[in-house]
Amino acid sequence: MVGRRGLLKFVAGPPFLVLAAFLLVPLVLIAAFSFRAGSGALGPTDPWVPTVEQYAEALGTPAFMRRLGLSIVTAALVAGLATVLAYPVAYFLTFRAGSRAPLYLTLLLIPFAVSYLLRVMAWKVMLGPEGGINSLLSAVGLTEEPLQLLLYSRPAVIITLVYIWIPFAALPIYAAMQRIERHQLEAAADLGAGPWARFWRVTVPLSLPGTLVTFFMVFIPTIGEYVTPDLVGGTDGSMYGNIIQGFFTRSANWPMGAAMAMIMLVLTLVVVVVALRIIDLRRVTA
Amino acid sequence: MIGIGRTRVPLRGFYVAMLLLLYLPIGLLFVFSFNAATTLSFPLTSFTTDWYASVLGNGPMLAAARNSLLIGVASASVATAIGALVALAVLRFNFRGRRLLLALAGLPLLVPYVVLGVAFFLLFVTLDVPRSLLTVIVGHTVVAVPFATLILLARMSGLDPALEDAAMDLGASYPVALRRVVLPLTGPSLLAAWLTCFIVSFDEIALAIFLVGGDPTFPVFLYGQLRFAQRLPVLIAGAVLLMLGTIALTLIITRLRGRED
Repeated sequence: MVGRRGLLKFVAGPPFLVLAAFLLVPLVLIAAFSFRAGSGALGPTDPWVPTVEQYAEALGTPAFMRRLGLSIVTAALVAGLATVLAYPVAYFLTFRAGSRAPLYLTLLLIPFAVSYLLRVMAWKVMLGPEGGINSLLSAVGLTEEPLQLLLYSRPAVIITLVYIWIPFAALPIYAAMQRIERHQLEAAADLGAGPWARFWRVTVPLSLPGTLVTFFMVFIPTIGEYVTPDLVGGTDGSMYGNIIQGFFTRSANWPMGAAMAMIMLVLTLVVVVVALRIIDLRRVTA
Repeated sequence: MIGIGRTRVPLRGFYVAMLLLLYLPIGLLFVFSFNAATTLSFPLTSFTTDWYASVLGNGPMLAAARNSLLIGVASASVATAIGALVALAVLRFNFRGRRLLLALAGLPLLVPYVVLGVAFFLLFVTLDVPRSLLTVIVGHTVVAVPFATLILLARMSGLDPALEDAAMDLGASYPVALRRVVLPLTGPSLLAAWLTCFIVSFDEIALAIFLVGGDPTFPVFLYGQLRFAQRLPVLIAGAVLLMLGTIALTLIITRLRGRED
């Protein structure tokens, strides 16, 4: 590789500098602000008194910890449902769609290109008191009064987020299934395995890494959601992210907000480390 | 698969049902965007294109769309350049920080956006930089980097380094080899990476809420207007118009990436 070595600093230097300055430094700043005493919009020139009181208060406030727990459950439900619904779709694309697979894949991905807010609004309309589901129910005569429960609830948040993630969720599973060698399935058949035995003992284990990637790639962004809960969740469906965002807007309290964000960051990184332990990345990217 | 039996699970039916479920809510919005009533409910009243006409006369909405366009172009350009450099450094150079660089380039995918939003917010507060379109560009560039990096890593890992070596044996310097050999071979992927980053930025809201100043992006503008129920049809019409653009871009990306495989 003569003639390359001297160029390393020009190739690796700029991305290192940009990512250090605009990714690492900001994350370190959250930590710095989270260990400050006081409350309100404390700027960098206000006094810096080191303390752990923000963490003591955040972890000691049951309402906050309850929201955190609910957010974890919500994210796990959304990721689990999106994965389970996307799995048969990926299976269909890989093993049944044949030469039309690219077309079917594109059809699946088009809704993913529709603006996120538009898709949330679509469910706001679907679930609203005069919306799609209620109009349908009353048209069929099942209900006389519109169901008020549908919108502004935790189920509304879960339905909307599952809807948003399904097209993406199929992708890592599809990629993993495409790498399954057909002769492995044929070998299993030769050895007497029926369709279901082959599915459970060949297809599922070999597609597991991609399936887990899907789960975690939906879980991580969902745990920090605050826009969808704000639009369709109401007070019942509001999440931990809404509390964090509130500390930087409605009721400015930056050190407290920073501590809450830090708790979420650490929790997410723990999830990532656990995920990397379970998923053999070489099998996913190979 | 020839010759081995299948289960009788109606997978095609499941796929079709999923597609219907995915398209129905969006289709419903599309229908309402041509309905004369301001409330989005059945029964439909009469057909109108007024909502679309009033999008064109809605100054703040058009300004927000322009802001998003500008932010998307700027952040996609920088993010694609960074992604290309990361891919090149990781695949063609052996150095101590190699794994760290790769981890940094992927990190934005692993941090919830509300945390990144807080991080950028505090960065600009500390630097005493007032929030503006520029601060949104910084945030969107960082979150687009993993997408550019992944797309370009996938493409460039399939390129034989011997191609560059051959060019250099024939007297080209490394930058010339990159420009004359690697660039033409990765062109479609670079474009696909750029378009992906553009869409990521154009549709992004959770970070932008923390980073916008007085000039909103299109999603932030929509978000702010959603509380006014009677404006909903116009907002939907505007969003539908932009949606047609992003769908076209997505189809282009699919074609670009499909051609190289």
